[in-house]
Amino acid sequence: MEKYLYIALFAPLVGSLFSALFAATPKKLFTGIVGSLLIFTSFVASTMLLLYILKTGEPIHVTMMTWMETGDLYIPFGFVVDQISVTMMMVVTLVSTVVHVYAIGYMDHDKSFNRFFAWLSAFVFSMMILVMSDNYAGLFIGWEGVGLCSWGLIGFWYHKESATWAANEAFIMNRIADLGMLIGIFLVYWNTGTLQYDEAFAVMPGLDTATLTWMGIFLFIGAMGKSAQFPLHTWLADAMEGPTPVSALIHAATMVTAGVYLVVRSNELYSLIPNVGLFIASLGAFVAIFAASMALVNRDMKRIIAYSTLSQLGYMFAAAGLGAYWVALFHLMAHAFFKALLFLGAGNVMHAMHDELDPFKMGGLKKVMKWTWIMMTIASLALAGIFPFAGFFSKDTILEAAFAEHHFVIYGVLLFTAGLTAFYSFRLVALIFHGEERYKIFGIHPHEAYRFMLIAMSPLLILAMIAGIFKEPFFSMVEEILGAAEYHIHSHATALIMLVGTQIFVALAILYAYKKYANKKVMVPDGTSAIENSFIYKLLFNQYYIPYFYEEYIVKPYREISELFWTKVDMKIVDATVDGIAGIVYGTGEKTRQMQSGNLSTMLKWMVAGLVGLLSLAVVFGLAARYSDEILVFLSALGV
Amino acid sequence: MEIGLNHYLVLSTILFAIGLVGVMRRKNLLLLFFATEILLNAVNVAFAAISHYYGDLTGQMFAFFVIAIAASEVAVGLGLLIVWYKRHGSIDLDALTTMKG
Repeated sequence: MEKYLYIALFAPLVGSLFSALFAATPKKLFTGIVGSLLIFTSFVASTMLLLYILKTGEPIHVTMMTWMETGDLYIPFGFVVDQISVTMMMVVTLVSTVVHVYAIGYMDHDKSFNRFFAWLSAFVFSMMILVMSDNYAGLFIGWEGVGLCSWGLIGFWYHKESATWAANEAFIMNRIADLGMLIGIFLVYWNTGTLQYDEAFAVMPGLDTATLTWMGIFLFIGAMGKSAQFPLHTWLADAMEGPTPVSALIHAATMVTAGVYLVVRSNELYSLIPNVGLFIASLGAFVAIFAASMALVNRDMKRIIAYSTLSQLGYMFAAAGLGAYWVALFHLMAHAFFKALLFLGAGNVMHAMHDELDPFKMGGLKKVMKWTWIMMTIASLALAGIFPFAGFFSKDTILEAAFAEHHFVIYGVLLFTAGLTAFYSFRLVALIFHGEERYKIFGIHPHEAYRFMLIAMSPLLILAMIAGIFKEPFFSMVEEILGAAEYHIHSHATALIMLVGTQIFVALAILYAYKKYANKKVMVPDGTSAIENSFIYKLLFNQYYIPYFYEEYIVKPYREISELFWTKVDMKIVDATVDGIAGIVYGTGEKTRQMQSGNLSTMLKWMVAGLVGLLSLAVVFGLAARYSDEILVFLSALGV
Repeated sequence: MEIGLNHYLVLSTILFAIGLVGVMRRKNLLLLFFATEILLNAVNVAFAAISHYYGDLTGQMFAFFVIAIAASEVAVGLGLLIVWYKRHGSIDLDALTTMKG
């Protein structure tokens, strides 16, 4: 089985390096094909591992080589495939395979085609390291690796100012969170003496609660950055500057779930500190409703989906925080399928509309883009949690978990958010595919995407529809390792009422969205209507003024301080010192070079002068050494 | 009056001083060679005298080496000097400034 483990891990790396060889050359179709095939190989190997795990239930643990060994510190390049990591591997490789194939079509006309595949495969490799590593140090390598690849992919069109800005924003924000993550890792090492998951978790129950709490908090800060939780969430929406397949892969299905993975992986730590868990759950619920509210009014197709990702990550954290780790992981999986599908559908629409992102300028696209319409509708149904699609099973379980744990506020918030989710998802679908064909006045002639792109998307479509049937097998698989418990509401009647009630609530939200946005009266907003001038609308449209706040109160003061240090400290002190030293050397040279007149006679005179000088020094030191005792007596008499 | 080590050393010092002044003052390349010869032989006198004083032959052997090296130096130097004179028609030191930095 080790063989499959190494294939699953390294096939993406090979693909990345292969594409990187051609990074500076014009488009070559085979880089995309080879990249996709290698990712598919990785997917097949992951499937083998999954089957093995399902059959035997035994984790596969390998140590490839020693990374660091000094004193008590021992960190190997070790990999573990257990029920948690194999789930993540399946999600990552499956979605990446689809996205790779899709990207061959999507990036068809891009001149940096090869570079794109190099980054994309490198990203998959980093993500595989992240989920497969058997220690926190290896996880951190993958963690930084996905951060780097995400930077390269968000800023893929680096000639655009906004893209480079967004890439840097994402990178810097993640670095801030990574500081917390690193402190967390150091705390784990100091207190347990090891970074291996199993050994560290074995020691943890013996530590005092305060230490564990700090560990949990700092590790969670890292997770907050990667999973874009409040207040480090602004980068995710801005990251939509990257090509759409990137958004689908990184900013929906895999990278942003790394934070959830970290919490699930460290479940044995978080089970010991329920207070931190409760904080995580509360923050998750808050982010769920907070992000959903911003998605309600946004007018950028990709940003709406990005906010929905944020909101769903909130759900996952809510579940993980309440101790329902398996539910979090299951929602992560289901969410990856339909969210990637939604993004890829949005990519089709963008292509058809020549990179127009405002859904108000679309409308009526279902006639020309039938398949994309079907896919996005089903993905949205799954996202809204309508029976029998994937989201129903995962999201409803989160609600049940919140209810069964008696956290009714969290339950209420999440339930309300489910309604909001349904509303903004179908607002988007209605605006894009239904109603008047508003794009005509812009002179755009939309067309359906390539057939092979649609075929590539079909596995996701199927999974978005049927992923619910995996709930029971998934539960029995992770039951042991995640200490999972099925959540049962005590009375069957209550459970049924909740279930049906949620469905009706969500369905009403969908109908309301259709009613409001699928009719002929929808206009491109021009900023004059009453609702657009209302306070709430402005607040939501400007993302609660948080980016503005960051810009005004963090970025600008920081820039001013930097400016001050640059002009005052750096130029006036540091530079002046260095320049002064150089100036002295230069000046001395300038003066003394006149000695070098080229006249032999002069030079001989200098030589004699040097000789006399050295001789006199020799005499002086010789005398001083000879009469040192007398000199010391003389000096002490002088009181020195 | 007995002629002792000090007399030789004083002679050597005087010779060395004369050579040094020659090296510094002379403008003619040929006479510069003369001056260096005086310098070297001033040292040779000192070597021989000290060697005799201690009854150790090493100093006198060293003097021979110095003589040999001085001879070769003059041979090479004079060769160069003749070439230089043929080229430029002068062996005045002040005209030799191509090494000016």
